[in-house]
This record gives sequence, C-alpha cells and structure tokens, in this order.
Amino acid sequence: MPRDAELRLRERLSKLGGLDLLRGTRLSGDLERLKQQLDRLEAEPTDEEIWRSVELARHQDRPYTLDYVERLLDDFFELHGDRSRADDAALVAGIGRFRGRTIVLLGHQKGRDLKERTKRNFGMAYPEGYRKAMRAMELADRHGFPLLTLVDTPGAYPGVAAEQSGQGGSIARSQAVMARLSVPTVACVIGEGGSGGAVAIALADRVLMQQHAIYSVISPEGCAAILWRDAGEARKAAAAFKPDAAHCLELGVIDAVVPEPAGGAQEDYDEAARLLGDAVGEALDELDGVPVGELRARRRAKFRSLGVLA
Amino acid sequence: MSDPTAIDVSIEHKHAAPEPPPKKHPNTCPGCGSHYRDDELDANLRVCPQCGHHFPMRARARIDALADPGTFEEEAADLRSADPLDFFDLRAYKERLAEAEVATGLGDAMVIGRAEVEGRACELAVMDFAFMGGSMGSVTGEKFARACDSAAAAGVPLVSVSASGGARMQEGILALMQLPKTVCAVEELHEAGCPLISVMAHPTTGGLLASFASLGDVILAEPGALMSFAGPRVVAQTTREKLPDDFGLAESNLRLGHVDAIVPRPELRATLGRLLRLFGSEERAA
Repeated sequence: MPRDAELRLRERLSKLGGLDLLRGTRLSGDLERLKQQLDRLEAEPTDEEIWRSVELARHQDRPYTLDYVERLLDDFFELHGDRSRADDAALVAGIGRFRGRTIVLLGHQKGRDLKERTKRNFGMAYPEGYRKAMRAMELADRHGFPLLTLVDTPGAYPGVAAEQSGQGGSIARSQAVMARLSVPTVACVIGEGGSGGAVAIALADRVLMQQHAIYSVISPEGCAAILWRDAGEARKAAAAFKPDAAHCLELGVIDAVVPEPAGGAQEDYDEAARLLGDAVGEALDELDGVPVGELRARRRAKFRSLGVLA
Repeated sequence: MSDPTAIDVSIEHKHAAPEPPPKKHPNTCPGCGSHYRDDELDANLRVCPQCGHHFPMRARARIDALADPGTFEEEAADLRSADPLDFFDLRAYKERLAEAEVATGLGDAMVIGRAEVEGRACELAVMDFAFMGGSMGSVTGEKFARACDSAAAAGVPLVSVSASGGARMQEGILALMQLPKTVCAVEELHEAGCPLISVMAHPTTGGLLASFASLGDVILAEPGALMSFAGPRVVAQTTREKLPDDFGLAESNLRLGHVDAIVPRPELRATLGRLLRLFGSEERAA
C-alpha cells in the first residue's frame, strides 16, 4: 500500500511536470505541493494512528470554525438566516477580509459547553443551514468574492423536521450551486468531515484537510453498527474505511494536507490558524487569474475523475 | 386457558430474547398478505393486484417495462468495481461483489443505455436494489456520469430510476465522492440543454437523495417509496423522536413539496412518454 501510494503520487508528479495543455494555469504550485506530500506519504498511517486521528478530529478542545475566523479574518460580518424560515447556528456564514481580499466564509460550528452545543446542534445542520450556505455562495458569486468553507460536522442532522424540510435535496442542491460557481473556492476539513453534511459544502476547486481531520462516508460507529452489527467495533471500522488525511490524499479526494502543531490543533490555536491560513492563501493564489470557464471545467473534471474502477 | 393464580416458575421464556418474527416470503405482500407466484407478479409489473403494493423491481425488468421493444442498447456494461481500500468487514468486499454479480447477473447496481420510450429517444439509468442494496460506489457513479454524457451528446433527456440505500460503505470516502461526481455530471447535462427526469423507487435514501436523484427537473416517485436522507431507524435511535406513520414515504414527500407526482408503476411508461414529448424529445419513425 505505501509503495502504491508513492507510485501514484510520483506518476501524478511526472504527469504534471510534462503537462502543457492546461493553458494559462500555474502548475509550479502543484508540483511543489505534491513533492512535499510525497515525503509525508512514505510512512502509511497504522490502524492506531488512524484511530488517533478520529479522536483528535473530535477532540473537545479542537479549534472550531469561529476560532479560525477570529484568527484569520478581519472585520468578519456574520450573515444570518436562510431567507425562508430560520437561522441555523450549526452552519456559520459571513463576509470578511482574508489577507487583503474580501472572501465569503462558510463553516460548520460545534459548541464548547452544553448550552452552546445545544444551540449549535453539535455542528449538525438542518436544511435551513444548507439553504443559508447556498445564499452565501450565490452572494460570493455575484460579487466575485472567493469562497472558503470549513468542514467540521458529524453529519447532517437526522431528525424528523430536518427530513420534512428536505435534508437530502438541500444537500444535493448545495453541491450543485458549488459546481456552478464562477469564483475560486477552497474547502478545508478541519475536524469531522461527516458524509453528505460535509460534502454539501466541499465541492471546491481546492479541497484541503488538516493532518488529524477525518473525512468519511459514515461515522466509524455507524459503519460498525451496520457491517459488524456492533457499534463497539468502531476502531475496526475506521481501520477498514480509512478516513484519515493521508489516505484521502492518496485516493485523490483531497489536494493537500494542512499540517497541525505537534500533538494536534488543540495544542496551539494560533499556530494551527497560521498553518491553515498559509495553506488557504497559497490555494487562493494558485486559483487567481484562472479564467472562469476553465476554473469551473477543471473543478467538475476533478470530481468527475474520482472513483476507482477495476 | 392458563390458571391466573398459578405461579410461573420457568425462566427460559421470560428472559430469552423474543423470537424474531418469521421471515415472510418475498412474494407475500407486506400490504395485504396475499401470496403470488413469480409469474403472477411479473405479469402485473410486480404490483399487488389486491392492494397496489409495489414490490421491488429488478433493473432489467424495469427497462423491459419502460423501453419500446428492441430499442434498448446497453452502455458501459463492462465496468466493475475495484477494491481500493482492501475492505474487509465480516467478509471481504471482493467476495461480496462476486457474490452479488452471480446472484443478480449484473456488473454493479446500475444499468445504463440508450432507449426509446413511447417512440421517443432518451437515455436510461436504472438502479437495481438487489445488487448490494443498490449502493452507490465508483461504478454506479461512473455509469451515471456516462449516462449524462451520452444523453448530452445525443441531445436527449435522461431518465433515472433510483432504488438504493445510499453510498457503498465498502468504498469508503470514494463512495461519498460519487455524490459530488454525479452532481457535476447533472450540471453538465443541464448545460447541454437536456433534462433529467428522476424516478424514485423504493427506497431512495442517503447519498442518492443527497445527489443526482434530487436534482431532477421533474421528480416522480412510486407509491409507498421511502425517500429520506436518514433512514427511519437512524432517526428514531439518534433523536428518540416519535416518527409519523408516513415518515419519509413518497406520499408525505408529495405533501411537503419534495416530489412533483406519485406515479403508480402501470402508468409510469405513459407518464414518461408525456414528459419526453413536453421536453421536446423527437419522435422516432416507428
């Protein structure tokens, strides 16, 4: 497996080196990034390391979206409400200045204490949240603001009211809006990238993932309950479906891994924010000046290529 | 009659787990209890003649029922899933795949191809629940995307029939990535000016409802089909909410505005014919 991953990255590297058919785009950034990541891939994470990432991704002290907003954005103005019936506090939207440019930010927000967790619904959005997200995306599109999304949710909320107001459909439409946007978009998984609720705001030109974040089709507990018929087998499930950043990179699901401070992002918020800010800044610089049509075509081509066939 | 004053000293039947209800034969109607032979159900499009319950319908039978005879030309039939994660739960994913192929005669949970419905050209993408619960992995996503391309290239509408529990867990994150993948494919179909008509059969849940199935220009549902992002069991367990009797069913989705129409299976072909005509699909000389 590790050799496989290395080979695949090396192959991508060699392709990128000799490629001149993507007109007007800067490839040097890609090349550098892949080279750096090759080093990191040399050792594939063990089952224990995967589980460690699951624990760190859900660590109660892990920085959340608003912790990064505080450190990365100036003059953040939060947008509330889906213009239809409610404001979902599990998904934060707003406009702010990031290193000299105005951007629109979207992110799931968990809570620190019981009161806030209840208010934020543990970061599990209702359709109202995704409708707010779509409204903010369209705002970004109208005014040419780049879009940054921070993904950190156990999943979209599985409740009766959420289903009745169209949870599945709103997740589908949120992705469709992202596929249409003519502005540069960067997504970063900063904690739990839980299933449809995560991918709803992650159909971006560049998808990043923090070193100890997880991105998965189902929670380890959910997978264990279904396939092992025992939620207690979560460790086995996580080891089997490999939700860690290194594996997501290897499978081409993400474009880059964002390093975290030693011991995890919860150890040093400022340093975690600086590292995240640098990665986002770099991604936005790379996307600057790519013609709109090509930006969109490349975004779709990237997602269209995901999957492994025999 | 047992004597109410007698003391029951046996412990077995008190503490033993309750016996699971006997498994019903697949041809016994869950709606009214009538039992049918296979040929009786097949002759009636697998709809219960007594109560109208819609039994699951296999992809090939569905295509036979919808497409004009001899018009269906299958595409991408040779695609097979790889096992990128070397996934092993209680059994190996490769083994499950091989078993599903033998049991269903299909390469994966979706069959795509060009067809004519009531004399009008279209592309069909039909799912089969019998293949690993209709779960969507790399092959299903790829086939759907190719169906979009094929429809766009020919300038014809795409009709999808979904029957799926959602994303295929054994393909991990790549299964989740089939959501954005199919969404991007629908975007390109729409940009080519072609409509997507989405038919939701029982069940259309999870990743299917959160991707292409919900993006139909027109969304039709079969009577009684379950259409929810989270299944009723998950909702009940996580939230401890009392579920309404019609939770997630096509009928409640119609009431709540998520579906355009509920179409009983015997009327589906004619309804699709009407829609194809309205969307301007050319009539082929018979």
